[in-house]
Amino acid sequence: MAFAAIFVPNFIVQAVLRAEASLRERALAIIQGVAPIWSGVAANEAAMKAGIQPGMTKSQVEQFCGIEIRHRSLGHEKSAHAALLDLGWSVSPRIEDTAVDTVVVDLTGLNSLLGPDEDIAAQILRCAVAVGLAVNVAVAPKIDVAILAARGFAGLTVIPEGAEAKRLGQLPVSVLSPSIEVLETLENWGIYTCEALAALPVLQLSERLGQEGVRLHELACGQSVRSLVLAEPEIHFEEGMELEDSVEELEPLSFLLARLLNQLCARLVTRSLAACAIRVRFELDPAFNVETQENEFSLRSDDCRRKPTPKIYDRVLTLPVAMRDSKMLLNLLRLHLQSDPPSAPILKIVLAADAARPRFSQGELYLPSSPDPEKLELTVARLASLVGDAHVGSPELMDTHRPDEFRMRRFVSTGDRPEIRRGRGNATAIRQDEVISQEPRELGKSANPRNAFRVFRPALRVSVELQMGCPTRVCVRGICGQVVAASGPWRSSGDWWREDGWQTDEWDLEIVFALSAGMRTDSVNRPQRESTLRASEHSGSERGVYRIFYDSIRQDWFLRGMYD
Amino acid sequence: MARNLTALRSQVELALTNRVAAPFNYRDRKIVETVSAGIPEIDALTGGLPRGGLTEICGPACSGRTSLLTSALASRTANAEVCALIDGQDAFDPYSAELEGVELKRLLWVRCKNMEHALRATDLLLQGGGFGMVALDLGDVPAKMMRYVPLNVWFRFRRAVEDTPTIFVVLEREANAKTCASLVLKMEAQTRSWVVTNSSASGDGNGTTAKVFQTHACLFEGSTIEVEMVRARGRKTAETSFLVRADGKGFHI
Repeated sequence: MAFAAIFVPNFIVQAVLRAEASLRERALAIIQGVAPIWSGVAANEAAMKAGIQPGMTKSQVEQFCGIEIRHRSLGHEKSAHAALLDLGWSVSPRIEDTAVDTVVVDLTGLNSLLGPDEDIAAQILRCAVAVGLAVNVAVAPKIDVAILAARGFAGLTVIPEGAEAKRLGQLPVSVLSPSIEVLETLENWGIYTCEALAALPVLQLSERLGQEGVRLHELACGQSVRSLVLAEPEIHFEEGMELEDSVEELEPLSFLLARLLNQLCARLVTRSLAACAIRVRFELDPAFNVETQENEFSLRSDDCRRKPTPKIYDRVLTLPVAMRDSKMLLNLLRLHLQSDPPSAPILKIVLAADAARPRFSQGELYLPSSPDPEKLELTVARLASLVGDAHVGSPELMDTHRPDEFRMRRFVSTGDRPEIRRGRGNATAIRQDEVISQEPRELGKSANPRNAFRVFRPALRVSVELQMGCPTRVCVRGICGQVVAASGPWRSSGDWWREDGWQTDEWDLEIVFALSAGMRTDSVNRPQRESTLRASEHSGSERGVYRIFYDSIRQDWFLRGMYD
Repeated sequence: MARNLTALRSQVELALTNRVAAPFNYRDRKIVETVSAGIPEIDALTGGLPRGGLTEICGPACSGRTSLLTSALASRTANAEVCALIDGQDAFDPYSAELEGVELKRLLWVRCKNMEHALRATDLLLQGGGFGMVALDLGDVPAKMMRYVPLNVWFRFRRAVEDTPTIFVVLEREANAKTCASLVLKMEAQTRSWVVTNSSASGDGNGTTAKVFQTHACLFEGSTIEVEMVRARGRKTAETSFLVRADGKGFHI
C-alpha cells in the first residue's frame, strides 16, 4: 500500500502565477487587505531574495525596484485548488482533500495499470505542469509521512517502508505544523529537526507538552497511521479572473478568455472529460450601467447611500458535440460575443464548463464522409454571425396546413446510415446489412420528379382582373401578364380560434408576361425578386406557372411563388 | 525534319525545366467521379454530376432548374450525405423539397439577404468541407448583377472543391463561371400540361393565348423541359443539345 502526497509550495503565489504565467520569471509579491491598509502576504523566491518579507505594507514593498505587486485573489486560489484536486483524480478515484495546498492519493492497485510508484509520481509531476502548477510529490507507505515529505522535500521523493524516520529526520520541526508556543519551546530546548524530536522520550515529552507533544513525536518518528478521508469527486469546472482595469475591447478580452479556456481544457483532459456547454459570466463595470447612472449623480440622500449594483452578463454557449479544443472554443466564444456583446466594460470573468464524456466515433468504410462536428459548429457559428441565427439551420416542417409554416432547427450532422424507403412518403426501416447492397437510386422516387416550388418571402401584393370569377390578368409592380391557364380556386383556412387565423383561395395560373422593347431592364434599385418578373432584357415575353392567392382576411391578392 | 523536331522538343523541355516536369509526357486524364442527379434522363445526358467540380444549371424562371436542383439534393441526402443550400433570395420551399425526397435533417439551409452574403457563405461552407453537395441558388438574381461577380470568385470556388468529394452546384439565369465550370446545363421549358377531367390541354410556346380552364378538376400536371449540355469537361458537347424525352412526352416534371 502506498500513498502519494501532492503539495503546492507557496500556494498563494502559485495561484496568481497560474493565471499570469508571464510573471514566473519576475519577482512577485502578493498583498491583501482593504484599501488603504494593504499588507504583503506572500512572495516568490526572487522577491524574498530582494528583501520582501510577509507582513510588509504596500508602500514598503513598492520601495523595492523590479517587484511585481498583485492583489490576493480568492477566485484564483479556488481555481488552483480545483486544479489540484483534478490532478489527484486523474490518477486515482481515492483521494483526500487534506488542505488547500495538499492532496493525498491512494496508489493501491495502480501499479499494474500505471507502473511502479516512481513512474506514477513522475506522471503526476508532468500533469501538474499541464494544469499550471509546480508541485512536490512524495510517495510513502503512510499518509502523514507522505504529506511531511512532500512539504519538506522539493520535487519527487520516494520513501520505502522502514526508512520513514531516517528520511524525515532531516526536516525541520516546523514541517510538523506545531503550535507557536510548542515551536518556541522546542527551539528553546535546542530541538530544530525531526530527528532530534524523535530522539526525545515520549513519556517526558507528554508531561511537558501534552498530547500535542505525543502527536508531534509520532509524526517525527514516521509512525503515525490513519485512514484516508475520501473526497467526493466533483464534476465542476470553473475558472475565473478578476481584472484590475475593466476591459471593453474584444481583442484583449479574447486574450484573457484564451488563458482561461486553456486552463479549463487542461483540467478536462486530466479527468478524461470534455465540455458540452460553456457558461460565460461577466461582471460589468457599474459606472457604465445606464440604469444606475441617475442614482450615482442624484442629489437625493437615499440615492447617495444606495450602492449601484453591478450588472451581470450571463450566457450559455451550447455545443452540439462535447469538445475540449481550447482554440475552437475560443473561436466560438468570439463569434458569440461579436453577435451579442456585453453592454458595458468587463471587470470579472468566470467561465464554467458542463462536463460530458468526449465523443468517440469510428469511421466506416461504406459510409459517406460528413463534416467534422467541431469544424461544422465553427462554420455554422460564422454563418450565423453573417446572416443571423434564425437564418441558418435545418428546416423543420410544422404540423399545420398554414402555408409556408416551418421553423429553423439547429443543424447537427447525424452521420448515420442511409435509409431505404419502399414507397414515396412511406419510410420503412430495414436491416443494416441490406443498406450496402442497394443503390441509393432505388429510393422510391418516381420516374417523373415533382415540380419544385420557389417561394416569395414575403408574398408579393398583386392586382388581379377577374372574369366570371376567374383571374384573367395579373399585375405586379407595374408588370402585367395575361392568364392562359388557370386551376382553382382551392380554399384553405385554419387557426380561426387564434388572432392570426388565415383563409385563402389559391390559384395556379399560367401567365404570359409580355415585355415591350421600350421597357426598362432590371434595375438594381428595385427589390431583386420583382426584377425576376422583368428579367428578360430584350423585348419578348416570359411565361411561367405561378401560384397566387386571395387572402380573405386582408382582402387582397398576393403572389406566393412559382413552379420551377 | 525529324532532327529539327527533336531539337525543338529539347529546347522546349529546357525552357520549362523548373516549371513543368516532362511536358511532352502523356498524362492520363483524371477520372472524375460522377453521381446521379436523381433524374435518369439527365444522368443519361451528362453522365451524372461531377464530384470536385462546379456545375452550373442555367435558365429563366419556371424552366425546371429548381426541380433539378431539388432532385439532386434528394439523391444526395438519401445517400446519407450532408448537403448545404445557400439560398440567395430565401426562395427555398421545404414542403415541396420534402415531397421530392429531400431529407431536411441532412440539409443545412442558409437564408441570405443579398448576393454578397450568399457568396461569403459559400466561401465559408466550401472551406469548411465535408459536405456531399453544396448548392448556391442565385436563380432570382438578375443576369446583369451576376455579371458583376468577378471571375476569380468562381475560380476560388472551383479550387476549393477540387480534389474533394463535394459537388458544387450553382443555379442562375445564365452561365457565368466560364471555364471554371465542369458542367453547364441550360434549361428551357417547352410545354406545360394541364389536366381537365378526362382530357388534357397544353399551352404552346408561341405566346398565343390558349383556352382558359376554370374547374376544380383542372390541375397543373407538369412541364416538358429541354436540357442542353452547353459544356462538359472531358466530353464533346457539340451534338448533345437535344430535347430530353421520356415516354414520348418529353422530360416531364
